[in-house]
Amino acid sequence: MSSDQFQTGRLTQFRELLERSDAALVLTAMAAFYLLFFVVGTILNYDIAGLISVLGQVTFFTAVYALIVLALNLHWGYAGLFNIGIAGFMAVGVYTMAMLTAPPTGSPPGLGLPVAVGIVGGMFAAALVGLVTALPALRLRADYLAIVTVAISEIIRLTYNSPAFSTFTLPGGITLGTGGASGIGDFPSNPLRAIYYVDPSSAASETTPIGTAIFGFFESVFGVVRSAVIVELTYGLVLAVIVFLVYTLLARVGNSPFGRVLKAIREDEVVAKSLGKDTNRFKIKTFMLGCALMGLAGVLWQGFGTGAVYPQAFRPQLTFYIFIAVIIGGAGSNTGSILGGAVFANLLFLLPQYLPNIIEQTVSIQAEPNNFVAAIGPIVAGEIAPLLGYMLNQRLPALRFVFVGVLLVYLVQNRPEGLLGHRTETAAAVNLNRGHTGSDLTGPEGGVDDE
Amino acid sequence: MEPYARGRRLLRDQPGLVVVSAVALLLVGDLIAKLLGDGLTAARFGGFVWDGLVIGLLIGLAGIGLSLTYSILGFANFAHGDYISWGAFSGWAVAYLLAGIDRYAAGGLLLIGAGDGPAPGDVGVSITNTPASILAGLVVAVGFTIGVSLLIDRAVYRPIREADGITLLIASIGVAFALRYLIVFFFYSGRQGVTDISRVPAYDIGGVVVNAHELTIVVIALLLMTGVHLLLQRSKLGKAMRAMADNRDLAQVTGIPVEGVIRTTWILGGGLAGAAGYLVVLTQGTIAYDLGWLLLLLIFAAVIMGGIGSVYGAIVGGLVIGLASRLSLIWLTGDLSSFAEPVAFGLMIFVLLFRPEGIFGGVSTA
Repeated sequence: MSSDQFQTGRLTQFRELLERSDAALVLTAMAAFYLLFFVVGTILNYDIAGLISVLGQVTFFTAVYALIVLALNLHWGYAGLFNIGIAGFMAVGVYTMAMLTAPPTGSPPGLGLPVAVGIVGGMFAAALVGLVTALPALRLRADYLAIVTVAISEIIRLTYNSPAFSTFTLPGGITLGTGGASGIGDFPSNPLRAIYYVDPSSAASETTPIGTAIFGFFESVFGVVRSAVIVELTYGLVLAVIVFLVYTLLARVGNSPFGRVLKAIREDEVVAKSLGKDTNRFKIKTFMLGCALMGLAGVLWQGFGTGAVYPQAFRPQLTFYIFIAVIIGGAGSNTGSILGGAVFANLLFLLPQYLPNIIEQTVSIQAEPNNFVAAIGPIVAGEIAPLLGYMLNQRLPALRFVFVGVLLVYLVQNRPEGLLGHRTETAAAVNLNRGHTGSDLTGPEGGVDDE
Repeated sequence: MEPYARGRRLLRDQPGLVVVSAVALLLVGDLIAKLLGDGLTAARFGGFVWDGLVIGLLIGLAGIGLSLTYSILGFANFAHGDYISWGAFSGWAVAYLLAGIDRYAAGGLLLIGAGDGPAPGDVGVSITNTPASILAGLVVAVGFTIGVSLLIDRAVYRPIREADGITLLIASIGVAFALRYLIVFFFYSGRQGVTDISRVPAYDIGGVVVNAHELTIVVIALLLMTGVHLLLQRSKLGKAMRAMADNRDLAQVTGIPVEGVIRTTWILGGGLAGAAGYLVVLTQGTIAYDLGWLLLLLIFAAVIMGGIGSVYGAIVGGLVIGLASRLSLIWLTGDLSSFAEPVAFGLMIFVLLFRPEGIFGGVSTA
């Protein structure tokens, strides 16, 4: 066997592995993303601390997107519930958590409870709001459910935004509040910091023995003195573990008798009903579980990730990002959800933030007109730099949204099943079509009752 | 005995409806008490009603298109709000250009003051100061939005015409994103003043202050609505639309030019959306890239309330939503006034829960 043949053989083997094993696929994709951002950091001449920070961001955003997309996949992919109020449920989770744990002396005051109570409380509150939404709304047609959930998410956001509840007093004389439009800044510090710092709320505090050892290791080996990037990276890795746990939970749910009923509902609700299943009950439970996970994702992402919470973070845009991530991955597949979240977080969310700097490394763009006419005018004289400068430095976020919108339309038209949606998870516990790649598509339209 | 039994059946079958009706009655009673007492002057009440009518007419105008596309193409078009925004921006760009071309450079005027463009107070656009440019802007807003909606139908919706409602809905979300941020790309992302409100004459009608821009809006909205009414009544179009909403395949075999009717629907709906967006800026005095998106949920509320597919339902629903959101301010005072919009959304949710076919019984009058 020549080395050429050997290599092709290896490649085929690898491809087969990717086709067969979802874990290999996700790991390969993540390796590719890490490599990509390593290259990005190198092009931008980052030092080692900077590189670690970039890779920490990759881990963080991949994990939080994967988490929330998994939760949405439970709603849409498993039970066919078209929920576009995700931002609202996330807001309930993180706000409840913040209001429970913020110090009573803060502005706005909170209840000062431990962080763990806050997280559980946030998930519980999100599940409760999910129940209140689901009880009446699940009887509705899919498109009505969509409108109702987006309206509820806006009601939630406007309620948190309202000055009316910025601080209020409970009947028992306890005062707490949402902070109105400016949100809650007295957010409990990330509990993870307790590993490294004696006083978790202050980066200037004494380090714990573990902190001293790890910071010392990074300082002596890599010369990294910015301990914040190490904390950031650790948080990302912890989130990755949480994603794995949630994935396992959802895989178990999916393969349990409960999950099989869900898939049956998605495929044909009437059949599931005729078999004596109380489909509404199943849907409500699923909706609540998904909402609790959305609340958790809200806490871990908008809460501990940002370190503050404010209502503007929960505009419907957030919901649509997550939807696009699900569609990229393919509704109905948990692995697809993780992959879709990773692709969206890295290629559509993070990469564009570095793009202007990368391009300016290679092409020098001095001109930076602040309006479109001034940018397009010089084209006549053959100067493209003003337009490029306008696009990159003034309007890049807008262009990214335009691209995301066009991508969504493209996916719906050409690949409704997403990247991994073709891996249908059959309702049967045993493999019915061994040696046969399932071709029945369960795309976004799968099992949705279309009139 | 009979009414009693009926009442009990109603209470058992639809307890929610009974509660909602009771609350509504309570509010009406409280309103009358407030009007008779000192809580609320007639002028203040009249002001709320007038504001509600103006915004309600605009919601109704924009709702006609959403309602028609919802029933005929079978999906909730989440991009409709951004058609409205594009109507506003395209129309006002031209209105600005015509009003200020003798004094300012065309570029800054076309971008409605983006970057270093002239300030609205300097351009001085208002219905009394520059009526011709305002009307020309309206025409452009209608024309441009028709063009946008036809183009998007051709590129996005036509290839997936046979797909189900949710697939089309998701595609429309993509369209909404692209359209909204194209506005940011060409114009700006903030909210900016547009009209020269200081020079708009206002009239005192029985204590209610009515300004010329609001009067313009009411007149134009009523004219457009009458036009739609005549078009649908005098031509076969209304009947063809009803047939298509009912069963597209059946309509096709009976010889109705399906694609032609769809195109007409977009022309009608897009044009009215553009006009509504342009006029919304006239009443608000400011323009923002997400103005249509912010209105969209209210428009959905109106359309659902009026019954999807019903043109008259959309208009009445718009008035109900507009009045409800303004009249709720009678009770939502002070810090609570930020709940005017949630009240309208809440109304929509109630209608969906208790009467998903709309208040007017879901009879498509097209």
